[in-house]
Amino acid sequence: MLLLCLVFVLLGLILGYAAQHLKAQGDPIVEQVDALLPQTQCGQCKYPGCKPYAQAIAQGTADINQCPPGGEQTIEALANLLGIEAKPLNAEFGTVKAPAVAFIVEQDCIGCVKCIPPCPVDAILGASKQMHTVIAAECTGCELCIAPCPVDCIIMVPIANKPSEWQWSAHHD
Amino acid sequence: MTKLAHFHGGLKLAAHTLSVPIIDSSLPEELIYPLLQRANHYATPIIKLGERVLKGQMIATVNTPFAAPIHSASSGIIKAIEPRIIAHPSNLADDCIVIETDGLDAALASRSCFDYQQKSPQELRAKIHHAGIVGLGGATFPTATKLTTEQDIHTLIINGAECEPYISCDASLILQKAKEIVLGALILQYILQAKHCIIAVEENMPQAVQALKNAITHSIQLISVPAIYPTGGEKQLIQVLTGTKIPAKALPAEHGFICQNVGTAYAVYQAIIQGLPLTERIITLTGKGINQPQNIRTRIGTPIKHLIAQSGGYNKKVQRLIMGGSMMGIALSSDEIAVTKASNCLLALTSGELENKSSEMPCIRCGDCATVCPAELLPQQLYWYARSGQLEQCQDYQLLSCIECGCCDVVCPSHIPLVQQFRAAKGAIIIKEKQTAQANLAKIRFQNQQQRRAKEEQEQLAKAEKRKATIEKMKAASLAKKKSL
Amino acid sequence: MQFPTTSSPFTPASNTVNRVMLQVLIALLPAIGIMFWLFGSVLLIQLLLACSTALLAESCMLWLRKKPIKMHLLDLSALVSAVLLALAIPTIAPWWVSVSGTLFAITITKHLYGGLGYNPFNPAMAGYVFLLISFPQQMTAWQLPFDVISSATVLDHTKTQLSLSFSVHEIRTSPLFGYVAGKGWEYLSLAYLLGGLWLLQRKVISWHIPVAVLLGLTIPALTAYLIDSSQFTSPLFHLFSGATFCGAFFIATDPVTAATSNKGRLIFGALIGSLIYIIRTWGGYPDAIAFAVLLANLAAPSIDYYTRPKKNER
Repeated sequence: MLLLCLVFVLLGLILGYAAQHLKAQGDPIVEQVDALLPQTQCGQCKYPGCKPYAQAIAQGTADINQCPPGGEQTIEALANLLGIEAKPLNAEFGTVKAPAVAFIVEQDCIGCVKCIPPCPVDAILGASKQMHTVIAAECTGCELCIAPCPVDCIIMVPIANKPSEWQWSAHHD
Repeated sequence: MTKLAHFHGGLKLAAHTLSVPIIDSSLPEELIYPLLQRANHYATPIIKLGERVLKGQMIATVNTPFAAPIHSASSGIIKAIEPRIIAHPSNLADDCIVIETDGLDAALASRSCFDYQQKSPQELRAKIHHAGIVGLGGATFPTATKLTTEQDIHTLIINGAECEPYISCDASLILQKAKEIVLGALILQYILQAKHCIIAVEENMPQAVQALKNAITHSIQLISVPAIYPTGGEKQLIQVLTGTKIPAKALPAEHGFICQNVGTAYAVYQAIIQGLPLTERIITLTGKGINQPQNIRTRIGTPIKHLIAQSGGYNKKVQRLIMGGSMMGIALSSDEIAVTKASNCLLALTSGELENKSSEMPCIRCGDCATVCPAELLPQQLYWYARSGQLEQCQDYQLLSCIECGCCDVVCPSHIPLVQQFRAAKGAIIIKEKQTAQANLAKIRFQNQQQRRAKEEQEQLAKAEKRKATIEKMKAASLAKKKSL
Repeated sequence: MQFPTTSSPFTPASNTVNRVMLQVLIALLPAIGIMFWLFGSVLLIQLLLACSTALLAESCMLWLRKKPIKMHLLDLSALVSAVLLALAIPTIAPWWVSVSGTLFAITITKHLYGGLGYNPFNPAMAGYVFLLISFPQQMTAWQLPFDVISSATVLDHTKTQLSLSFSVHEIRTSPLFGYVAGKGWEYLSLAYLLGGLWLLQRKVISWHIPVAVLLGLTIPALTAYLIDSSQFTSPLFHLFSGATFCGAFFIATDPVTAATSNKGRLIFGALIGSLIYIIRTWGGYPDAIAFAVLLANLAAPSIDYYTRPKKNER
């Protein structure tokens, strides 16, 4: 009996030590969820960026089907990771659109710099009274720059279907 | 008699060889040149709309060693630079230079040069690059770049082992131009300073073997290899000829070997000795769907329908148009597409010559696919993982070493489209990698932005505090002054 | 002119599933012939029962699973399982034995796991084990060859006598024995061997599994026999008794449930061979093919994992 109590005390001490010194840094599940999100930082999920949305999913305060840029692929990957059922994209948060990048129509741009702060990845180059332009390679297609523009000179251009980007599909057409 | 080795797997296929002499193609009305070369490298046009060009004139340059310049195959006017459907598995349209020929076929002056050994290998490589020469076996890798290797090359192999069914362009070229091919081989050997040179031909081309025997010099070895598909693949050929197995991720050059197609050797001869750039090649046009199958010397850029018309037109029963052989060819959606440097064969196939793709059964795990795989993979396992989207396991089972030869597909008793599955899986892996890279970049930029803005905010706050403190001080000072008065 | 676009290769495939299955059925003809000679026309009734049950069960399951019935019925895989099962059970067994065994094999072992290509266990062997465990009496009462008396097989008899402390030499003198194994049964084993060799020559099966099974059985048997030939029966006895050759060439080589790579197949076959010897000598059942095969089927995925191709070096 005494021996059993001693063993339990010893195990308790070991667990306490492990909890202190072998603690995992940060919350790994949030990192794992964040790694599956497309990093568009568009806010369509109603969170200010992908990391906050990942945190909300990890805490259980947000559902996994709120990310339109991620689409079905992301929902399935999240469902797989968390061991829950995949569900269709919640239309309240937006619809899946073809990949596109923003383009500033230079004839109409007035150089007001109003589109530059909203861009979450600093993809718009410009200064006051100078021409603004979107660095297409950096643009994630989040569309946050469109609304602030006072002259509506930003349009979304779908990414063209080029032979160099084309890949085989598993099904016969 | 050299003792030959074997590679794992492979198939004996019905050859469907055409033994007819080469005819010349007539001049087409249009010549079409896609700017896209090899995966994602684009050439840049150096001509303008409406400009007149001569045969052999360079019309597009490149700024990467992985592409080669493009030359016009006849004289005419630059009609347009616009999207046309290109000879690509996607059958999508992409920018092409379109030349309207003027019927004169006026050529740019060319300079012959017989004493190539007076020039340095570097000069000759530059000439080969300038002539737009790429590997004519089908992969179109720029020849000058292949020859610019830092490795010590001990063996040059001239690949005449045309192993895919239906293709006979190399065999017919050897019959007609054996001496020139041998000279091209010697030039390549000189550039590489390679000790040995082997010309490999298949056993089932006895006339080609004889033609080469008559033309060959003592320094070059002529070896016949068994007609097993895919002996013509670089690594398989090296293994058969020398017993050396090149690992899947390595290049033959890293082991001292360089392979060049016989057509490439002939193009090198034309470029160095005759001073002509690459503007034409031999194409085998065959299949039961064409009325007069032949081997045609074609101008690169000729629309396929022009060649079909010159070969008696289609048979009513034609079902598919394929560029390449029946094992690795590309199905084309239209005969408006033009031939490129990669076009070694055009097949017009009828339903009797085609695979019935509708009868797919479940995999019975018979393992025949693994028995024939030249890359020693397990296509069966790759199929299960590819189908269920488990891309990591696919990579574990070396999916990226698959050479897409089609041996597994043809022996499968369940008629499963294995090659298509593997191609789709490879594509999915590439797309996923691209998406991950882009997502990571966006994440880093976002995090940097957040940090920068937080810093700016801190600085603003600090400034505001400082200002507030100064104002307080001034207020206190003026109050004290008032009191003292 | 416009054309449809599909992926290469465009060469017509030469082999089909039903050609593979048909060749297996043809290879079983010698064995069927010998069984008919040994046990009479009642064998044909068993075959008929098993085959018709198999085809009916398969049609029902395909219809329930909404799959194309004609294409899958014509692949003959159900017939192969049915014939193997019918040859494995005693010919004098009642009709409901073969019917229930075939039903179990086709509906539960094959279709509930996904149908052709997806079942992890060999359907004929799973059906056999189901019958053996459920109806042990009917499954162990064999008609003596050339006779109307029913008795145990020679394997069963040997096992019982050994447990009663008779020596192998004494057991050998029983009238049940022929040249090396059971009288009449030896010819059956020879028929299976011939069929198997024909399959090998036609390249329907590869040599790895049969050779590994036979070696996996012979090597322990030979070792034990050399150590003490009065306690342990000879390797030849093991090879020509029971369903050894049938198991090696027809059952273990079922591609769907075996290991995939050649290295894996050697391990798979060796496992079956040694299990056959272990179960026959020290286990609770006289013949062990079915259990050995099912146990190896369990191990097949692991064998596949550990024998997959390694990463290529530069």
